[in-house]
Amino acid sequence: MISLVRETLEQGTRRSTVSHVEVTVGTTLVKRGFAHMCKHGVVMDVTNVEQAQIAEDAGAVAVMVLDKLPYDVRKAGGVARTASLKVIEEVMDHVTIPVMAKCRIGHTYEARVLESVGVDMIDESEVLTPADEERHIWKWAFTTPFVCGARDLGEALRRIEEGASMIRTKGEPGTGNVAEAVRHVRILNNEIRRLVAIEEEGDEQELARVARELRVSFELARETARLRRLPVVNFAAGGIATPADAALMMSLGCDGIFVGSGIFKSSDPHQRASAIVIATTYWDRPEIVAEAQKMVDESKSMLGMDVKNLELRMQERGIL
Amino acid sequence: MIIGVTGFQGDVEEHVKASRIAGERIGVDCRVIVVKDRSDLKDVDGLIIPGGESTVMGKLAVYRDVMSEIKERIESGLPVMGTCAGLILLAKRVYDRVVGETRQPLIGTLDITVERNTYGRQRESFESWIEVRRLSIDRFRAVFIRAPAIVEVGGDVEVLATLGTRPVAVLEGGTIGTSFHPELTSDTKFHELLLNIAKGRPEGCF
Repeated sequence: MISLVRETLEQGTRRSTVSHVEVTVGTTLVKRGFAHMCKHGVVMDVTNVEQAQIAEDAGAVAVMVLDKLPYDVRKAGGVARTASLKVIEEVMDHVTIPVMAKCRIGHTYEARVLESVGVDMIDESEVLTPADEERHIWKWAFTTPFVCGARDLGEALRRIEEGASMIRTKGEPGTGNVAEAVRHVRILNNEIRRLVAIEEEGDEQELARVARELRVSFELARETARLRRLPVVNFAAGGIATPADAALMMSLGCDGIFVGSGIFKSSDPHQRASAIVIATTYWDRPEIVAEAQKMVDESKSMLGMDVKNLELRMQERGIL
Repeated sequence: MIIGVTGFQGDVEEHVKASRIAGERIGVDCRVIVVKDRSDLKDVDGLIIPGGESTVMGKLAVYRDVMSEIKERIESGLPVMGTCAGLILLAKRVYDRVVGETRQPLIGTLDITVERNTYGRQRESFESWIEVRRLSIDRFRAVFIRAPAIVEVGGDVEVLATLGTRPVAVLEGGTIGTSFHPELTSDTKFHELLLNIAKGRPEGCF
């Protein structure tokens, strides 16, 4: 059973015909439903077909195609854009699992291009250089579902109001440091707790005030309070590098995991990818997480970075 | 009664909730548990395999050696429902429209042939109203997400619903399979059917 808000905004729906029967594509139910199917799974960043196949063999629930892994984006500098369509199409031809790709924040036409190629989900991502600092993409207008990053409840609900079908923590991409993802999900959880408490007390005026503070509609704030969670699926992302990292994020209430640089910047990508998949499913059984953790070697983990010394904090992109 | 929902991957909580509501609606006292290990299967009277990615679920089910146990239990009569990815795992024969042979681990107890990714990618995913006469439903909101198609059914398989001429919900013995996701919408008739079968009163639900 899936939460549905503001169906009037469903501008991405189309009539179509399947087996001579009239059907509707791109509804909120269909788009959010896709995100629900990814739950308890691991989406892995890849830059080519070989990596995509390793990810699929390891049990990735989907792959995310990028030009460079976040760690390399950070090192290379310059402008980071959406990946080559040729690479995306090659990956789509070689794996059976869903294929996602990133576009720049606010770059409606990179997103249109990705939709026309046929990716299964678009990540409007702070890992790439934002194209519009003021406005994100109006995601309701698309048939393809979107995932967006968020550091707190306000960001998450604003993205949902723009039509995002899935939220993920921003964390701090490309660092191999899970601390920021933990911080973001904790903030989100605490803010939801506060909303729930206000709603339970029946204080509508306070709920309206908090909604204004979050810069979201009263209805969406109230729906979130009633559901006691975000109205869409919420994944962890940004700095996850080990099976234990994945299990930690699941234990904090995340619905699934994105791993960016953590796998293909390590020196044991095969085992690490499998191990993270296992730890994500069995996060609540520590002895199995330990088994998964034994499959990887800490000396082979990506080195990682202290978030305090970063020149570029990707999480501060696209926060309006 | 205890209903288990396999918790390897996919929309597990949606099935847990739908099963609970179905139990309330038909007056069956039912506890719903998440099954991730062999021992979790011990006491279940009915099992649900949710939607998600069948390749992922298959791998994880093999990892803890739960797959073989599920198969044995189904063969000895455990009622089961598979939706979308769950349907794929239950099918005896599976191939992918794009890459052909998939070599993925299957439970393989339901006598149907399934083609994966038939309806295309997520962009082509759709919803449609279908009729399920066998369950006395005039209009059921069926959501197809990168859905598999049932392209062949064996002699003992009953077709519960079609989209045009293609079967989208089937029943064989105590096994229910759907291409779509009854757990994503509010009509719990398919879950009620599973509970009724588990309760040993299949005739009562038609």
